[in-house]
Amino acid sequence: MAFVPIGRLEDIAPLGARRFKRADGVEIAVFRTGTDTVFALRDKCPHKGGPLSQGIVFGESVACPLHNWCIGLADGHAAAPDEGVIERFAVKLEGGMVLLDPDSGVAENGLCSPIAVTAAP
Amino acid sequence: MPDGTLARRPKLVVVGNGMAGMRTVEELLKLRPDLYDITVFGAEPHPNYNRILLSPVLAGEQTIPDIVLNTLEWYRDNGIRLHLGKEVARIDRKARVVEAADGTKESYDRLLLATGSDPFMLPVAGAQLEGVLSYRDIHDTEAMIEAAASYRHAVVIGGGLLGLEAANGLARRGMAVTVVHLMPWLMERQLDRTAAGMLQKTLEAKGLAFRLESQTESLLEGPGGRVRALRLKSGEELPADLVVMAVGIRPNTRLAETAGLHCHRGIVVNDTLQTYDPRIYAVGECANHRGTAYGLVAPLFEMAKVCANHLAEYGIARYTGSVTSTKLKVTGVDLFSAGDFTGGEGTDDIVLADPSAGIYKKLVIKDGKLAGAVLYGDTVDGTWYFRLLREGTSVAPLRDKLMFGESNLGDAGHQGQNRALALPDTAEVCGCNGVCKGAIVKAIKDKGLFTLEDVRKHTKASSSCGSCTGLVEQILMFTAGGDYSESPKKKAVCACTDRTHQEVRDAIREHHLLTIPAAFHFLEWRTPNGCASCRPAMNYYLLSTWPHEAKDDPQSRYINERSHANIQKDGTYSVIPRMWGGETSASELRRIANVVEKYAIPTVKVTGGQRLDLLGVKKEDLPAVWKDLDMPSGHAYAKALRTVKTCVGSEWCRFGTQDSTRMGQELERALWRMYAPHKVKLAVSGCPRNCAESGIKDVGVIGVDSGWEIYVAGNGGIKTEVAQFFCKVGTREEVLEYAGAFLQLYREEGFYLERTVHFVARVGLDYAKRRVLEDAEGRKDLWERLQFALDGEPDPWHEPEKARVDLRQFEPLGA
Repeated sequence: MAFVPIGRLEDIAPLGARRFKRADGVEIAVFRTGTDTVFALRDKCPHKGGPLSQGIVFGESVACPLHNWCIGLADGHAAAPDEGVIERFAVKLEGGMVLLDPDSGVAENGLCSPIAVTAAP
Repeated sequence: MPDGTLARRPKLVVVGNGMAGMRTVEELLKLRPDLYDITVFGAEPHPNYNRILLSPVLAGEQTIPDIVLNTLEWYRDNGIRLHLGKEVARIDRKARVVEAADGTKESYDRLLLATGSDPFMLPVAGAQLEGVLSYRDIHDTEAMIEAAASYRHAVVIGGGLLGLEAANGLARRGMAVTVVHLMPWLMERQLDRTAAGMLQKTLEAKGLAFRLESQTESLLEGPGGRVRALRLKSGEELPADLVVMAVGIRPNTRLAETAGLHCHRGIVVNDTLQTYDPRIYAVGECANHRGTAYGLVAPLFEMAKVCANHLAEYGIARYTGSVTSTKLKVTGVDLFSAGDFTGGEGTDDIVLADPSAGIYKKLVIKDGKLAGAVLYGDTVDGTWYFRLLREGTSVAPLRDKLMFGESNLGDAGHQGQNRALALPDTAEVCGCNGVCKGAIVKAIKDKGLFTLEDVRKHTKASSSCGSCTGLVEQILMFTAGGDYSESPKKKAVCACTDRTHQEVRDAIREHHLLTIPAAFHFLEWRTPNGCASCRPAMNYYLLSTWPHEAKDDPQSRYINERSHANIQKDGTYSVIPRMWGGETSASELRRIANVVEKYAIPTVKVTGGQRLDLLGVKKEDLPAVWKDLDMPSGHAYAKALRTVKTCVGSEWCRFGTQDSTRMGQELERALWRMYAPHKVKLAVSGCPRNCAESGIKDVGVIGVDSGWEIYVAGNGGIKTEVAQFFCKVGTREEVLEYAGAFLQLYREEGFYLERTVHFVARVGLDYAKRRVLEDAEGRKDLWERLQFALDGEPDPWHEPEKARVDLRQFEPLGA
């Protein structure tokens, strides 16, 4: 478990996101909210794998660009009535630097599977 | 008890645990879940259930547990104190305390009365006998089911909606049922004579007997104090072991009246559902709003929404009354009515009658609008007629097609199926999301859904292209009951606000709002930075209202418009360069071929808009692909001008009368980079053979020998909509000006995501003609405003900085 600096806060647009690519190819979306809080989720919607980093960020949620599922940035959960959860990564701000622990991925249900899925209703 | 530990929350007491009261509580919890400490009194010993579905329970098609809407756990989970089986007897308005018959007391800060209505009991001799019931609640229903098990003869007094449902249910349970009705035909408030006659025939075939224009004189006592017969004024005696009175309901105002609240055929409320005591609200059947007490579910849900909004201290919403529709819940009987269908002075009737097929339809038109509808035997278009009626749509343009229904207007995606009832459970209803009828029915039943929005959220049906909306509405109607919550007349932009698109547009113009935060602040948005629905809309409204003043906010654009390419299912993108009027050249094709090879682009596809689509481009390659293509952006990813499709025209074609390719290219060069509420597609054909398919475009131009015909508001997508003739002009300059002015009108007044066809349907073709054709000055102004807006508009592929494209998105972080 180690935090690595991945860029400055200004490198991410407010209400935007950037992608970080882990050595093994796993992509992690790093989000910046309207209040300059940062969150990190695996860049893969629990629904059909859409890149969440390309979605519209609002409040503490992101809308997936493929089918508009809303994923909570803090917990990786899809907003009801959709069901699904995606891994969260530890991320923090220090002196304007964004620090990410790329190996910290956990999903709420304890799984760290490549993709935590539940079927669409 | 939360009191004492937490800061004291205001107390909301709800009297009435039925659909109106609980719907209000649900709406309130959605808005401000923690605002109140909530207590609910219910006179019945059951949690809230769907009263509309008592008829299917009586008929043996559903059971009581099936129709429970809020389980006891729901109350517990939401921290609601529930007093079941306790009827509130007294309100002390000074002390702000309610007291139940058993002495239970609760104090309140706000009080909500949802006491519903009482069945009206005829004051005839014998009305108190055993076996004489009303038909109102679970208790009545159970008593009827019990009677049906051990007795033979039933009489239902009242041939209205409820009476017929009761009669049908009892007949289904094996009783011999006679319906006694005072009026000359059944359901006289919902049906005209012809439809009622057909209904009566159908019901007679199911074994029901009728005595019309008959009045009950008395009920006769049999052995053991039970009713044995009903005597009519005519002297005829009908054997009856069970008598059900279904002659009407009365708002239950006893409690309100004893508390001194003003009542007049209901508890009188204002547009925010407050009674004369502003701390006390009333919703549902007990309330009288602007002189009307409603007995159906749809209005009650609309009231609930407004009341909850006020209780939540938002106070933006107002209730202005409802238009209602009726659907009889008798299996095998298809019947729908809405509005004023009696006709008369100043109205036109359109009638279709096919008695042997059991079909009858009557539409009543008044002042160019649909005023009422009665459908018997084929109710598939009921929801559509009801929408036209409620929204006051001008039906003049579709009058000749009106009777044949919306199903006649060309939906795609469900094999032309339009009759939900006839569909098997396995039939696919929503072709976009693969949702079958059974899944929708199950969701409606299991989750207690009432609105189209609910169904969309839970099942995804009708949530993509929307072409199956009519079918889903029908399924909802058949499953959830006869009437259900209609989408309100006033539709908010999204859940972040109660403002409509029109109100947002007006405010931006009137108050010269220039940024999204300013607009959110001014319009009192409930969320700090909106959502994925409202931000793109707001961004468009600002830019289209104040060109060159408002600044684009890329973060409020959908990904396609942010990255200027179309996202694909695997996260790659497609790139479509612009080919003016569908013409290309050897050097363009060579560059495209080189790009395809250099970036290993897997698929090249010819599009329907006469261009080439490069599919599977990696996001990081996009800027280089654009540069190497060295062709303008095709805006195939944007709510903007897409293509101008052309035929080869008089330059080559032996039939061509006009140079359509040149005309198309001139239009495309004049209009490209034009953002709009939705995508915009044009076409120009060089002769009436119309090879460019101008008849299904937002603006379609057809060359004729003497000039150009312009058609508008066509659509070739989900629902094929034929463009309507707009005007004929003589010159190419005029084509540009008229087409441009029409599109600018759409840009300035259309709602976000509204195609021209929907825009024109909303404002009326006559309005567009008035603004563009009749008002020459206005037309020139529109055309000039469009040119001003487009002046200096950058090509995002080649002037990304000017177009405010965030180039960082094409590089990974930490690289």
